[in-house]
Amino acid sequence: MAATAPPTRTGAVPAGRAGRHPWLSVLWTAARTPRGTAGLVMAALVVLVALVGPAFAPHSPNALLTLTFAKPSAQFPLGGDELGRDVLSRVLVGGRLLLLMAVAATAIGIVLGAAAGISAAYLRGAPDGIIMRSVDVILSFPQLVFALLLLSLLGPKSWLIVVAVGVSHAPAVARVIRSATLDVAERDYVKVAELQGMRPAKVMAREILPNLISPLMVEAGLRLTYSIVIMAGLAFLGFGQPPPTANWGTMINENRVGLPLNPWAVIAPAILIALLTIGTNTFTDAVARVAIGVDRRPEEAALVDELGPEQA
Amino acid sequence: MSGPGPVASGVRLDVSNLEVCLGRTGADVVGDVSFAVRAGEVLGLVGESGSGKTTVVLALLGHSRRGLRISAGQVHVDGVDLLRLPPAELRAFRGARVAYVPQDPSAALNPALRVGTQLKEAMRVHPGAVDDPEGRILEVLREVHLEASPDLLRRYPHQLSGGQQQRVGLAMAFACRPSLIVLDEPTTGLDVSTQRHVLDTIRSLCRAYGVAAVYVSHDLAVVGGLVSEVAVMYSGRIIEIGPTARVFGDPLHPYTRGLLGAVPSPLMAARLTGIDGQPPRPGRRPAGCSFAPRCGFATDECRSDQPAPVPVDSRAVRCVRVTQIRASAGRVSAALSPRAASDAEVPVLSVRGVSAGYARKAVLSGIDLDVPAESCVAVVGESGSGKTTLARCIVGLHGNWTGDITFEGAPLAAAARDRPRQVLRRVQYVFQNPYTSLNPRKTVGQIVAQPLEQYLRLGYRERSERAARALADVSLGADFLSRYPDQLSGGERQRVAIARALVVEPDLLICDEVTSALDVSVQAVIVELLRARQAERRIAMIFITHNLALMRSIAQSVVVLRAGAVVESGPVEQVLEHPADPYTIRLMEDVPKLAFPGTR
Repeated sequence: MAATAPPTRTGAVPAGRAGRHPWLSVLWTAARTPRGTAGLVMAALVVLVALVGPAFAPHSPNALLTLTFAKPSAQFPLGGDELGRDVLSRVLVGGRLLLLMAVAATAIGIVLGAAAGISAAYLRGAPDGIIMRSVDVILSFPQLVFALLLLSLLGPKSWLIVVAVGVSHAPAVARVIRSATLDVAERDYVKVAELQGMRPAKVMAREILPNLISPLMVEAGLRLTYSIVIMAGLAFLGFGQPPPTANWGTMINENRVGLPLNPWAVIAPAILIALLTIGTNTFTDAVARVAIGVDRRPEEAALVDELGPEQA
Repeated sequence: MSGPGPVASGVRLDVSNLEVCLGRTGADVVGDVSFAVRAGEVLGLVGESGSGKTTVVLALLGHSRRGLRISAGQVHVDGVDLLRLPPAELRAFRGARVAYVPQDPSAALNPALRVGTQLKEAMRVHPGAVDDPEGRILEVLREVHLEASPDLLRRYPHQLSGGQQQRVGLAMAFACRPSLIVLDEPTTGLDVSTQRHVLDTIRSLCRAYGVAAVYVSHDLAVVGGLVSEVAVMYSGRIIEIGPTARVFGDPLHPYTRGLLGAVPSPLMAARLTGIDGQPPRPGRRPAGCSFAPRCGFATDECRSDQPAPVPVDSRAVRCVRVTQIRASAGRVSAALSPRAASDAEVPVLSVRGVSAGYARKAVLSGIDLDVPAESCVAVVGESGSGKTTLARCIVGLHGNWTGDITFEGAPLAAAARDRPRQVLRRVQYVFQNPYTSLNPRKTVGQIVAQPLEQYLRLGYRERSERAARALADVSLGADFLSRYPDQLSGGERQRVAIARALVVEPDLLICDEVTSALDVSVQAVIVELLRARQAERRIAMIFITHNLALMRSIAQSVVVLRAGAVVESGPVEQVLEHPADPYTIRLMEDVPKLAFPGTR
């Protein structure tokens, strides 16, 4: 053992703290990969339209200004909708609330689902049985029916829509995260933590959760899309903001009969929803890849002859 | 050496100037690879992980892995350059004329198909290669020493043992009577006894059929006993090629010398000398000799020019200083003076009548074991002998056992969660596979500091200081603190795992096959590191291994396990030199040994 310590390059980096919070640094690195940048730009564009849009709306979104399904003109660049309202103004105004609600519902679904899935897989035994059987019960209702059940009991309130959609996401998230956890929980580093006398809650939070970032990010992107779709559907069924309020989801439903006359009334909100979906999914994919190190050493991954015999 | 394919002299495989590049950057992964194999002979291609040996043998089948491209050279099999064949002809060539035996038979055989179906498949895709497929199957099964019965053909791969699975793999490869057979570490996962029988089969089949074979391995001892000619690869080049007895008996290239010095021998206790550092990655190789940064003989000339092969003494060596090095004194292997097992009054750990099992299957029965203070006890046995289960009972990961385990006079609770924190701290466990024992989302600093927080509740500053010191103890610099495990090599990972165990100053260290996932030169460094730390800190140690040779360098006493029971125990010299139990005797006979003049 003649090897001496290689020269210090970065100086003594404090153990247990990586300068910036590791999750933030993952997000930052992901945003700078080509994939991440593309996704972020797409999503940011939609978010920008939704947040700043209302300030730039040329007309009132609810005023009847032109003919039903009027073709685009200089005054109304995206034409008119089913009641002759300005499509551009409704698009600019109709995203803010939808986006905020969708994000909030997604967050609720992911947090609840991840907590349930990780606990079930790591604790096994009785907790596993109780959690997963409840999940099965909730899953047996279609998501939309479950949300409708809650809303018809308590009335259509915005916060309740968020909670209902969020809770209806949780079981599906829990199942995915549970199966991902089953694999991670068997890894030796989890056993090391147990041998160090670490409490189960801490093992789940510190050893297991960070290794689930990849499935969690995929789920987050997917559930955000579903949230928007379900909320649009609820609005269509009358469980949303009351009718005159502009909302991308509602707009698609309202105007689909006029598709041959003024397609923009459907296409414009649809493009924004699609852009948001593709953008967030591309970005979450980039985050997942950075977190598991796929993009860290691209060319070398193909070169290792063998990683040594896997443990039997 | 180019031109038309081999003409006479029975050369069946002729590779010249083979080069494989990275598709993206064009940097070569392997280059300037030339060798020839005659009918009936086996060429051994040895090298450590990342040396490019698998890349070379896949190119012999005209295949390259994703991201790689075969960019130059010729591969002539019976005079046909298969790198120039159109895809359809290449497909017809593979399997019929060139066969491949992969490393892991359990992964290579289709678990959903019966053995007979899979064997027939090989002949169905090459109609005309064999006259009578049914008869050929029975014949080839007998040749690989499998029972040629309908019962065997009806079985599924999981109903066969590892050795039988690999024999089926060999049977598939030999079924169409190929000209060239490529074997990629076919015995790596097998027990020594099974391995020896499979190697004997390969040797006799190659001779009987006049097949040229290329045998890839990282295990020098296996290659030494099997092949007549050996090529040593390092960093994508063949750095020494020649007759096996010459290359292993009197290695000339400094890397070959280092590699041989790292191979443990069951015949004597020697201080293993590894090779420090790591091979450079493709695209980041130095201008001169790739080995120069790790070479004790390197001069400025080595660092500036790529060495060409120098013909010396019936072989070719890629080293400009080969004649000077040869003149210098031969390698001296430092023999270790045997350290007597201390017969201290109270053993640190005492295991009495421990039995354990999974569900209804008994794995251990009535194990007795004592670990005296300050000494190292080796536990050896083949896979499935229960050695890992024993370790897991001791540390408390496997809570379902009966019997008594006392640590410093006090009985241990069965499961880790029922043991006091300080007892947990004093018994540390190093896992077999450093690729799964380090949390990939934590930095090395966090990993090594974590036990200090858990066991000792130390503050942040003290944790950081101790973690840096622990890394220095395993020869890793402070710059490793901020790295993630996937940025480390296997050897570096295992050092981090050892640092994590040593940082809390345990009284008993249990090392479970800690080098089985590592290269031989790295294994030597790790074993030497463990030996030095154990002697210096006077900790007791249990060293679990399947490698009889390896424990000779580190342990004072040994316990041999077979099918969950102790068959023999005693001081290392006595057990290895005068084994009493028939099982130990057979193990010692089957261990592949590097026995050439000049090697130990």
